[in-house]
Amino acid sequence: MQYMLLIYHDEAARARASQAQMSETTGAYMAYAAALRESGALVAGDRLDLTSTATTVRVADGKTQVLDGPYAETKEQLGGYFIIEAPDLDAALGWAGRCPGARIGAIEVRPIPPRDYSTGAQAA
Amino acid sequence: MRRLPDNPHFGAAAAVEAAARRSYGKLLAFLAARTRDLAGAEDALSEAFASALATWPMDGVPRAPEAWLLAVARRRTIDAARRRQVREAGMDPLRMLVEEANDPGSAIPDDRLRLMFACAHPALEPSVRAPLILQCVLGFDAAAIGAAFLIAPAAMGQRLVRAKRKIRDAGVPFRVPEPDELAERLGAVLDAVYAVFAAGWSDPALADEAIWLGRLVAALLDGEPEALGLLALMLHVQARRPARRDADGEYVPLATQNPTDWQDELIEEAEAVLLRASELRRIGRFQLEAAIQSAHAARRLTGRTAWAEIVALYDALLIRTESPVVALNRAVAVGELHGPAAGLAALNGAAADHRINRYQPYWAARAALLADLGDADAADAAYARAIELEPDQAVRRFLQQQRR
Repeated sequence: MQYMLLIYHDEAARARASQAQMSETTGAYMAYAAALRESGALVAGDRLDLTSTATTVRVADGKTQVLDGPYAETKEQLGGYFIIEAPDLDAALGWAGRCPGARIGAIEVRPIPPRDYSTGAQAA
Repeated sequence: MRRLPDNPHFGAAAAVEAAARRSYGKLLAFLAARTRDLAGAEDALSEAFASALATWPMDGVPRAPEAWLLAVARRRTIDAARRRQVREAGMDPLRMLVEEANDPGSAIPDDRLRLMFACAHPALEPSVRAPLILQCVLGFDAAAIGAAFLIAPAAMGQRLVRAKRKIRDAGVPFRVPEPDELAERLGAVLDAVYAVFAAGWSDPALADEAIWLGRLVAALLDGEPEALGLLALMLHVQARRPARRDADGEYVPLATQNPTDWQDELIEEAEAVLLRASELRRIGRFQLEAAIQSAHAARRLTGRTAWAEIVALYDALLIRTESPVVALNRAVAVGELHGPAAGLAALNGAAADHRINRYQPYWAARAALLADLGDADAADAAYARAIELEPDQAVRRFLQQQRR
């Protein structure tokens, strides 16, 4: 199964972090991504720029509405993600627990439903 | 009146019912552990029971009813999956199901423990875990479970459906956790079994089922002291069930129960189980609670209650659980050991947790301590609050008598 790990953290706290703390976090993420890659679990992953750079788009009655800012204002913000391959939820939760972001903020683990290729619909 | 067993239809129907009762959890666990799809396994199994009801009265009860039911349910599961033509990870366990079906000589493995760990998975909301175990391992329907947990059947049904969907879609595994994570995960299973037992306070059948589950977990996880501790705790409490009501159905509190009304064989079994747990030398919450019940049970031999020992056990339990209910019970024991003033002081400490304000035993304990101290007005007010909070008529009558 594939799972998406959504990494939430407090952007303001990150902005206050010292240079040493920043490079420590970066190092931890590099090691984590390497571990994911080595075990064959890594599908994709990246960090996201600050929510202040976000733009939200929605179309209502055929009209496109573009708004400055993220979709939802939250106490902790979505700051990055990994898509991983894992045999079951326990394995995915294990990877989430090892993610450096789990100690700074929180990781939301979401399964990616498998596709039913015969109909193109998602399997029920 | 005609003797029912002469009717072959009755005999076959009774055999289906007996098979359902005895084998439901085992068959469901076997199927679901392979497909991770509890709702699908339930559907397949209920179709198998329906076809047993349709064919056994005519063809006779098969020699191995469990294997017959499993074969039908397995075929239904495989057919349903083929209809969906899902090409995904789920097909691997399905292939396993097909391969095992071709090996009729093998015994049906017992996957109920794996099923219980899935039902009590930390990714599921805590309050749905015990109901889910009741439904999946014991085959209770949503109406019966709703009644036990004081939730409307429709609401309970929805919560169970949602939980089963999450187990399937999020990939909750059906496995016994590795030793390094077992202690933490076992706690959730034991909590759920204890919640079934607690729901059995007013329904003796449910308490029996919880003890059955407790025996199952303890047997399948031999060497886990907390599983043994929970079993010992439930056996001790169950041993006193006949003594909790007098001949007129009136409530009798522990302090005035006659130990000759306790069930000796259950107490002896509880003591043996607790001894085995203590030999494993890893203390835990359920062992401490069982030890407290053991100290109460010792009154049948010594004629007195060892309150100093009980207070010490509550001290240890309170450090572990920080539970307001434990703090309350400790305060009552302190009152017995050091007098009502000390008991009331300890009780005031317990009341710092506001949840206790809606808990009947807190007000009953407070009332009794105040009465012992001679504060009749305050005692009366506390009794009034206790009576108001108590749903059980017999316990209400008991509290009303105390109040006078």
